[in-house]
Amino acid sequence: MNLQISLLALVQLVLYALLAPLVAGWIHWVKAKLQNRCGARIFQPYRDLYKLFNKEARMAHTASQLFRASPYIVFTATLLAASAVPLLSINLPTAAIADIIAIAGLLALSRFFLALAGMDVGTAFGGMGASREMLVSALAEPAMLVAVFTLAMTAHTTNLASLVGFQLTETFVLRPSFMFALAALVLVAIAETGRIPVDNPSTHLELTMIHEAMILEYSGRHLALMEWAAQLKLLLYGTLLTNVFFPWGIAQDLSLTSLAIGLLSLIAKLLLLGIILAISETVLAKMRLFRTPAFLNLALLLGLLGMLSHVILEIGV
Amino acid sequence: MPSALWFAGLAVSFSLLSAIIPVFTVNTPRLLRVLTTLLLCLIGIAALISGLITLSENEVATAELPLGLPWLHWHIRLDALSGFFISLIGVVTVAIGLYSYGYVRGFEHGQDSLIALGGFTGLFLTGMLLVVLADDAFMFMISWELMSLSSYFLVAFHHEHAANRRAAFLYLLMAHVGGLSILLSYGVLASLGDGFTFEAMRAAEIPFGWASLSFILAFIGFGMKAGLLPLHAWLPEAHPVAPSHISALMSGVMLKVAVYGLIRVIFDLIGQFHWQWGVTVLTIGSISALLGVLYALMQNDLKRLLAYSSVENLGIIFIGLGLSILFMSENHRLIATVAFVAALYHSLNHALFKSLLFLGAGSILHSANEQDLEKMGGLLRRMPWTGLFFLIGCISISSLPPFNGFVSEWLTFQAALQTWQLNSGVLRSLLPIAAAMLALTGALAAACFVKVYGIAFLGQARSRHIRRARPVPLSMRVGQGILALFCLLLGLLPVPFISLIDNVPRQVLDQTLTQATAHGWLWLTPVSADTASYGAPLIAIALFIALGLGLWLVGRGIRRVRRCDAWDCGFAPPTPNMQYTSTAFAQPIRRVFGLLFKIEEGVERNQQGKLTHHLKISDRAWGLFYAPIARTVEKAASKITRIQSGNIRTYLGWSLTTLVFLLWVIA
Repeated sequence: MNLQISLLALVQLVLYALLAPLVAGWIHWVKAKLQNRCGARIFQPYRDLYKLFNKEARMAHTASQLFRASPYIVFTATLLAASAVPLLSINLPTAAIADIIAIAGLLALSRFFLALAGMDVGTAFGGMGASREMLVSALAEPAMLVAVFTLAMTAHTTNLASLVGFQLTETFVLRPSFMFALAALVLVAIAETGRIPVDNPSTHLELTMIHEAMILEYSGRHLALMEWAAQLKLLLYGTLLTNVFFPWGIAQDLSLTSLAIGLLSLIAKLLLLGIILAISETVLAKMRLFRTPAFLNLALLLGLLGMLSHVILEIGV
Repeated sequence: MPSALWFAGLAVSFSLLSAIIPVFTVNTPRLLRVLTTLLLCLIGIAALISGLITLSENEVATAELPLGLPWLHWHIRLDALSGFFISLIGVVTVAIGLYSYGYVRGFEHGQDSLIALGGFTGLFLTGMLLVVLADDAFMFMISWELMSLSSYFLVAFHHEHAANRRAAFLYLLMAHVGGLSILLSYGVLASLGDGFTFEAMRAAEIPFGWASLSFILAFIGFGMKAGLLPLHAWLPEAHPVAPSHISALMSGVMLKVAVYGLIRVIFDLIGQFHWQWGVTVLTIGSISALLGVLYALMQNDLKRLLAYSSVENLGIIFIGLGLSILFMSENHRLIATVAFVAALYHSLNHALFKSLLFLGAGSILHSANEQDLEKMGGLLRRMPWTGLFFLIGCISISSLPPFNGFVSEWLTFQAALQTWQLNSGVLRSLLPIAAAMLALTGALAAACFVKVYGIAFLGQARSRHIRRARPVPLSMRVGQGILALFCLLLGLLPVPFISLIDNVPRQVLDQTLTQATAHGWLWLTPVSADTASYGAPLIAIALFIALGLGLWLVGRGIRRVRRCDAWDCGFAPPTPNMQYTSTAFAQPIRRVFGLLFKIEEGVERNQQGKLTHHLKISDRAWGLFYAPIARTVEKAASKITRIQSGNIRTYLGWSLTTLVFLLWVIA
């Protein structure tokens, strides 16, 4: 039994790593269709990663050893954070390692090294990306935690598996606080994963880049790891949003059928989420950098509204 | 085996000895250096042992010294709370002792007086140790003043610069206003409690009004020493100008002595908890944390930046204390204990990483004589060990897992999250806002230390002397290494550590955190396992295994990576001048939070007809808080000058009148 659980935890970890490029590919594909292009196939990100892993990695003369270690740290910390977010089942031991605050901490660790790596070579773009990334994350973090607090105060836990379990056992009621928290978390997720309108993942226009500016100097396997980590982060936030707010279908025991249902429902939810994201990215344009604070303040405000409505309307229910 | 008190006495005697020996050995600087290092290490080890014994045995040792007033001998008491802070002093002192061996060498050939440095360092340590040991208000105040005065001379060590003398004077002034406030607070307690011993104060029944007065006075006094807003102005002036290992002692240790004082007075002596007090501490703490880190982000002087960041971290400690008082006021002992332990943990963490960072800044000063971030760059390749230790300090202070800063911040969040247990709806919605400010602070701290590390240690050197920087001597590296090791250990093993300090809340709040450590050394579960858990060792193990695996699998061994020019979007190869500067890095944040700073920026044409850009960012506290007070004092002073006649008989008359008046008051 114990072995089975550990095995499942490992499977979930591998699944995270394997699914991440697929989600990115799916969003690309939908976007291409929406823009009347034929677009690359859904599996293109796998080929890109494969290609990059086989290419030679080069480093600038001015880069230090930190530049070399960063991709591994960034990838590992992101994967570790992902392992604590329930993907298929809520009964996994990995969920106890880190609660939502520790997950935010691990993501912050990966961001810390990403930004440092950006500054390591000593180019103007690297510093620019790092500076902007730290601004966006500094504003996103309080919004995220306020939204999470709203959930945690209702469910009396910051452990994600317990949170999802709470959602499943409670009879479904449309809590206003959860609606606000969902809205806040969606905005935070957009900012944190570097999507339109905060950052454009497919841009290489020099002055608008945030994430791309930091990984500009990377090549080969280092670049592959950085890209993969970004895809993982997207999947992590996607799973967080879908499984916490719409947990239906997630496996509560370890039988094969429920796991299969869990997988199928997960895929359905992620496909839907990808379509929504692609549509929003097609109709929206990227904002100026100094509009971003207003965007994230909106997220914080929504989070606070959620919390207040929890305190005013829902206490004692 | 000798008792804990014996070791504490040993530490005090050694520090007195280390204050005296410079007088005799000043002509043989090498001997002086060896002896000072040895003594500092012995002080540290003795203090550490005494603290550890006290913490593990949960016994209260008391003693009376035949010193002080005839009717009030010095009372000494070593309990778990003092034990915790005395071991904190000990750990940092060992590291600083080793570090000073290499660092002080730089002063031997200059004009600086080694007697002043060694002597006042010894007195400073004596003062701090005695404050923690004191068991009556009289001894406490004397030790407190010893600590303040001796550190004044250390701040004024480089007195040849006028700015340093000014900073030292500001420090002296603020320290005394604060000391006065503490004295008055003790006065309230002593008059109600019949006597100056802490024993009598503890036993006193104090009505709410008087207790609040005493609380406010103590909070002002200790808050001033701890650098809370708006009383922080002296801190970023005074801490950076002392020699770096003294800056480390002041920022890392002396501020914690202020925290100790506040805990002693509020939690132990007054022993009452009111939500109004909790809200006050929490609000001031949150504001200090947020503004402290924002001001830190704007600094270009490395040591000044670190000093502002101390304001931030003390703010975080006071958030924990405020939460603890709030929960105690509604009698939720368990949650109050979580917040209290979080505050203690952060005190220790801050002592470790702030000292580490100041020692790092000292290393840069030592090898390149530079503390301006705008001139640094690429130091990681020139001083790899300092670079590694400084990185550990930066990760810890940015509260990132798996290092120690994260654990204390996580515990603070966990306590804040239990707001649903409170009855008052206002408090329930207030606490999460404080938590949101804490989250913002944490994220901004990460931005701040990305800036520090990225500008100073990464990229290319921005000036010639930085390009010539060499690694510092072994002793300095060892000093930093010890602190870095403790940062890692406290991050990896929070559970054994929390069970070690469990006796402190047991004694102060009458509650332990057994459930936090009930699930074995792997799991930290502050409230219960269902509510939240954090497996720090597992995260670290996973990080290291994955890192190793990744390096082995993907990197296929330690293959050489070919070097080339930087890509930089295909522009010409970047020069050091094209790098982002420290000011540029902070610009977006300066713009977003612009209202909180006083910014003077503009472009001017100078005499040669060239355009120059100038930017000055200053603390709003000066204009809003200090300038009005200074004006009022000057006005009052100019009125009082009327009685200044220059005639000695008039002065004697005034003195006599005052004496008679005072006698009348006392009688």
